[in-house]
Amino acid sequence: MERNLMKGNEALAEAAIRAGCKCFFGYPITPQTELAAYMAKRMNKAGGVFLQAESEIAAINMVLGAASTGVRAMTSSSSPGVSLKAEGISYIAGSDLPAVIINVQRGGPGLGGIQPSQADYWQATKAVGHGDFHLLVFAPSSVQEMVDMVIKAFDTADKYRMPAMILADGLLGQMMEPVSFPEITANNVDKSSWAADGHKNSREHHIINSLYLQPDKLEKSVKERFERYETIKATETDAELYLTEDCDILLTAYGATARVVKSAVNAAREQGIKAGMLRPKTLWPFPVKELNEACKTASCILDVEMSMGQMVDDVKLAINCSKPVHFYGRTGGVIPTPAEVLEEIKKYGGAK
Amino acid sequence: MAVVFERPKALADIPTHYCPGCTHGIVHRILCEVIDEMGIEGDTVGVCPVGCSVMAYDYFNCDMIEAPHGRAPAVATGVKRTNPDKFVFTYQGDGDLAAIGTCETVHSATRGENIVVIFINNTIYGMTGGQMAPTTLPGQVTQTTPFGRDPKLAGYPVRVCEMLSTLTGTALAQRVAVDSVAHVREAKKAIRKAFENQKAGRGFSIVEVLSTCPTNWGLTPVEAIKRLQDEMIPYYPLGVYKDITADEEGNK
Repeated sequence: MERNLMKGNEALAEAAIRAGCKCFFGYPITPQTELAAYMAKRMNKAGGVFLQAESEIAAINMVLGAASTGVRAMTSSSSPGVSLKAEGISYIAGSDLPAVIINVQRGGPGLGGIQPSQADYWQATKAVGHGDFHLLVFAPSSVQEMVDMVIKAFDTADKYRMPAMILADGLLGQMMEPVSFPEITANNVDKSSWAADGHKNSREHHIINSLYLQPDKLEKSVKERFERYETIKATETDAELYLTEDCDILLTAYGATARVVKSAVNAAREQGIKAGMLRPKTLWPFPVKELNEACKTASCILDVEMSMGQMVDDVKLAINCSKPVHFYGRTGGVIPTPAEVLEEIKKYGGAK
Repeated sequence: MAVVFERPKALADIPTHYCPGCTHGIVHRILCEVIDEMGIEGDTVGVCPVGCSVMAYDYFNCDMIEAPHGRAPAVATGVKRTNPDKFVFTYQGDGDLAAIGTCETVHSATRGENIVVIFINNTIYGMTGGQMAPTTLPGQVTQTTPFGRDPKLAGYPVRVCEMLSTLTGTALAQRVAVDSVAHVREAKKAIRKAFENQKAGRGFSIVEVLSTCPTNWGLTPVEAIKRLQDEMIPYYPLGVYKDITADEEGNK
């Protein structure tokens, strides 16, 4: 298969076009700007729509409009911009619309910084907007995975009629790696039962809506959504297990941080410490079963993130706090080094 | 027997939740008459606001989308850009369009989005119980201007058609009212023109309709019509503020 050297942000864009994304609505923000620039060059030629919106808020609502008519729609941003999209994402979820949102995370809170960060984990997995709902959250760790997960995100979003997010970071967005684009087998989900694209006088009118003024009706619609979530939790989790079969200490990390952690695990193994790593590829649903499997032989877990410790909550919940869970993190755009992580491994796992 | 008056086909046959004397019903009706006359119901997608007409998706028989507060023009942009062969309209109140949604309104106009915007100006937030709107008149008493709107504290009203008429992307900006039979006919003609603009790909068309809110104004329906005529029309003069077809048709 042909391989091209591509920047992460551009690979996300190209993968979306190949996945049948028909429109991209965005607003400039570092460090994801190359994505929109690539779309501006490619999308119209590919027969789709590229539009630079007046704000992140407008962009996500353009996605809402396009997705309402049944076309594959996407927007991308970075942390502060995703906060602005929160309202629209809640409405998209409440209206049962599929859409893909990309967050190339940077440091926060507030204006924060423009260097890589993973401080939006809570936002993505717990509270990206008001109300009871979830997003599908995919966490790529390489440029190739950015490609694969964008395609997967569109398919899964369509399958369950819900928004999906790619939670990347500035490191992945800016780095270049060889990628190949898989042949897309047409994944045409039939949306004719709900899409609001003109009834042609041949069916009842369709309404895309998230308003239910009767509490029992709203509760019913939310409960139906949560039944879908249960299916997703049972079938859509994904994780990479690295040297976990015999590990004494299990490391957990996602995204770019997992690359650093993998180096540290290798270095630890060279020094006779049986370290292993579990890398969630889906953050929601969280790979609970995979984590419990991976930490069977471990006496403790060390979670590493580019944040003050967010995913670590889910790690503790997943194992019901049955083992000690330690945390090491750098934040504000600082990337942890393998040496730093190795020191932490020695602290907790070197005694054996 | 010849039928001389009936419900437009595009208007759903269900009771609305609007208050007695509210003019939403008239505007819904003439909008649906235009859709019927152009035969476009099956190719039309409407976008509802947040406000009194939030549930209008139940009243129109075309496909409908409920937008977040103020975002209807952005939602309509998403629909129209991906479905350029469909007719797309938004139906928004003054708070939705001229306060929280001003950014979306101005930018969809300046992009020349090929959509129709029906703008209901009744100088008040109706759904939430009568607070100051961006179009509330100086001196007007509302729940949040209990001593009358003081421009020194609360600023001045926004004249939307005048503002949007300065933008190149605007094809039609017209203010109408539905306080009399003559005005209702004028309003319908304006809405028809807006949809014809969309059909011809001329760009952004807004029809501002001066409307009443007897409930939150604390007036009877008859008194409310009188207030519209005596107080609103002088502040918001009716007329065509921009019409890019005016020169070619020589009609204004």
